[in-house]
Amino acid sequence: MAMQESNLLEMRHINKFFPGVKALSNVDFTLRKGEIHALMGENGAGKSTLIKVLTGVYQSDGGEITVDGKNVAIRSPQDAQNNGISTVYQEITLCPNLTVAENMFIGRERGPFVRQKDYKKRAAELLGELGIPARGTQQLGDCSLAVQQMVAIARAVDMKCRVLVLDEPTSSLDDKEVNVLFNLMRDLKSRGVGIIFVTHFLEQVYAVCDRITVLRNGELVGEYLTEELPQVKLVAKMIGKDLEELKSLGEVEEKKSDIKEIFYEAKDLSSSEARPFDFNIHKGEVNGFTGLLGSGRSESVRAVFGADKVTGGQVQVNGKNVRITKPIDAMKNGIGYLAEDRKRDGIIADLSVRENIILAAQVMKGFFRPISRSEAEAFADEYIKVLNIKTASRETPVGSLSGGNQQKVILARWLLTHPNYLILDEPTRGIDVGTKLEIQKLVLKLAEDGVAVTFISSEIEEMLRTCSRLIVMRDRNIVGELTGADLNEAQIMKTIAGGEAANEKEV
Amino acid sequence: MKKSKDFRREPLTDTQLLMTITICIFVGMYLLAMLIFKGGFLHAQQVFDMLNDNASLIIVSCGLTVVMIGRGIDISVGAVTSFVVMSCVLYLNKGGSLFVSVLIALGIGLAFGIVQGFLISYLEIQPFIVTLAGMFFARGMTTILSVNPQKAAHEGFAKLRETKIVIPWLGYIAKNGKLVPARVELGVVVALCCLLAVFLLLMFHRLGRALYAIGGNPSSALMLGINVKRTRFLSYVISGLLSGISGFVFMMHTGAANATNAAGMEMNAIASSIIGGTLLTGGVGNVIGTFFGTMTLTTIKKIVVSSGLNAPWWQSITTGGMLCFFILLQSVVLSQRARKKKA
Repeated sequence: MAMQESNLLEMRHINKFFPGVKALSNVDFTLRKGEIHALMGENGAGKSTLIKVLTGVYQSDGGEITVDGKNVAIRSPQDAQNNGISTVYQEITLCPNLTVAENMFIGRERGPFVRQKDYKKRAAELLGELGIPARGTQQLGDCSLAVQQMVAIARAVDMKCRVLVLDEPTSSLDDKEVNVLFNLMRDLKSRGVGIIFVTHFLEQVYAVCDRITVLRNGELVGEYLTEELPQVKLVAKMIGKDLEELKSLGEVEEKKSDIKEIFYEAKDLSSSEARPFDFNIHKGEVNGFTGLLGSGRSESVRAVFGADKVTGGQVQVNGKNVRITKPIDAMKNGIGYLAEDRKRDGIIADLSVRENIILAAQVMKGFFRPISRSEAEAFADEYIKVLNIKTASRETPVGSLSGGNQQKVILARWLLTHPNYLILDEPTRGIDVGTKLEIQKLVLKLAEDGVAVTFISSEIEEMLRTCSRLIVMRDRNIVGELTGADLNEAQIMKTIAGGEAANEKEV
Repeated sequence: MKKSKDFRREPLTDTQLLMTITICIFVGMYLLAMLIFKGGFLHAQQVFDMLNDNASLIIVSCGLTVVMIGRGIDISVGAVTSFVVMSCVLYLNKGGSLFVSVLIALGIGLAFGIVQGFLISYLEIQPFIVTLAGMFFARGMTTILSVNPQKAAHEGFAKLRETKIVIPWLGYIAKNGKLVPARVELGVVVALCCLLAVFLLLMFHRLGRALYAIGGNPSSALMLGINVKRTRFLSYVISGLLSGISGFVFMMHTGAANATNAAGMEMNAIASSIIGGTLLTGGVGNVIGTFFGTMTLTTIKKIVVSSGLNAPWWQSITTGGMLCFFILLQSVVLSQRARKKKA
């Protein structure tokens, strides 16, 4: 190792055990000055664990960390901060009840007293410099998620950190905001900051990263220069199997959109969050809602499911008029909904995998006719197998599974109710390529079996692969519906950007 | 456009909003009482009486607000107050010095705060359970010290008790034509000092801000580099210390100790905090609001009495009703706000 000198951060032989799972085994990681280094891997590969060891959230069970050639012991987030390691997490780790300015400076005051005026001034400067659309005096909870994320980054930037860890920072940002972030990252890089970038968006890796370290099943696969590792190879390294499966999925491609019976139809449906819209879906059809962040795609499907307060409209299921104002109404009509924010709307972290899986089925059946323990166990085992959920056992608390596996648990929950119509809102967000493919395949298989599916994803490519009809939204209105030959990226972009408005609906 | 943006005022934070509502309701209610009941409500002494009677309640309410902002609860405060009163009275009656009795009061409060805070934040036991145990323990200790009521017979203390701040220009002319000046007990001064200190601590000290952060989101607070355990620990120490001070103030007000002193005070303190805009879910609240919460609660009780409903249960019933009303109001206001935010 002749380059030892410029190594900013070295992690050597890191081990970490969780009850029943070896999360990290003998992992090495090296970060150099002024480089952007992607940390890649499937769900459960150990990325998050490695990051959390580095930032002091977890203690490693062996191994050593050196910063600037000096051995350091990181036992708490403060230790990490003191060693110049700052982290921006996927989930916002700020306090919604404090102001933007306070969120940027709290926890690192010098003296015992807090100088709010100083904060305000410095916050205003920094927000301006980074182009973040927020005021320092605003309560953080009043800002959008994207802005909150950027405030978190601004905080890290202001800490003069030497190592900046960005753990999935882009999952709640739109393209423009991602670019702002990338510029910021390049700027920091030129100042000699080492950046560890964890993401699931492959294009983003190739857009900004110099080096890639790949983990799989808690072990190091290798470290590569970005230009020497083509995207296909990277994916292969991450999922650890050949790309035949990837290709075979590509061949399924031609989706027949032969018109079957309409399963669900809504006229002028509106909710407290969604403007009135018309919508229908056929049996065995996969359609999708697309649009930029905040375009109203989630709000629309939430209205279909009755997740927000429904304020108007007629709904027909199987040709019969029904009233769906609450999730339970939707469920009784055979509609299932996998929420966008699995932490908030979906997962009950303290309950076991089994309990989470049978939850919806139990509600459907009524609480006075409990599902027997042995039945529940059989169901849980069946779906753990079918969906390939990686868990120590069916009694493991869901909270300790990785993101993708949590998502599969929720999916299992809905599949168990045998829905006729399943709404999947960003089911692949924040999960790895392998699991994404599995979920996409599952969607297509469900459709073959006659289940209507609405699929929402930020990744247009993924939508194109699964959907036979795309509903495009802009500014909370439906601005187009694409089928057949129109289903391509260019056409979608054009529609989103405002080229053609197909379904005119003045509001 | 840009110009108008610069002059735009920030919307109130949740804390400010709830506090403002409480203050408005208190002022409105008091004005109404002045109009309808006249009599005592027209004299400044009425307000001072409310303060004199509730100085110790104000002090423990401040402690509870501190703890509640950090998502905790402390129900031992009433019992600790009572324990302090009993200990100090017995000590003074044995011929002890006034100064040492103050130290005893502070010491007992601190001890409770430290032990409870340690159990809650470092051993991670539910605050409700720990302080429930603390409450029973303090009550039990009080009864062991003396089952019978004890009157304080100590010269220095008697002098201290009698010392009152007299404000002639806020007095009123009694029926016999003599001027009765307004009187404020020393305990009120202590209470207001505590209030000010806690207010400054919460607004401008890093400990206070850290407490708000923990109340807003404990795991975020940890990530932001706040020492969550120490901060929570200190919040209970503050609450304990304030219970000790409250005990001494209580003793100055009553001049006697009784095993049932300050019974239910913790509940009144929780009610004061909630009415004053502190959320049990943490992160929102302010001691100024709490002060007005206490005053609101007391004013209602006075109004009930002035209406001729002398039986003690009427006060409990109205307090209950009031608490319900405020909690409903808070949740309506906050949910309206959340809805507006989304739109």
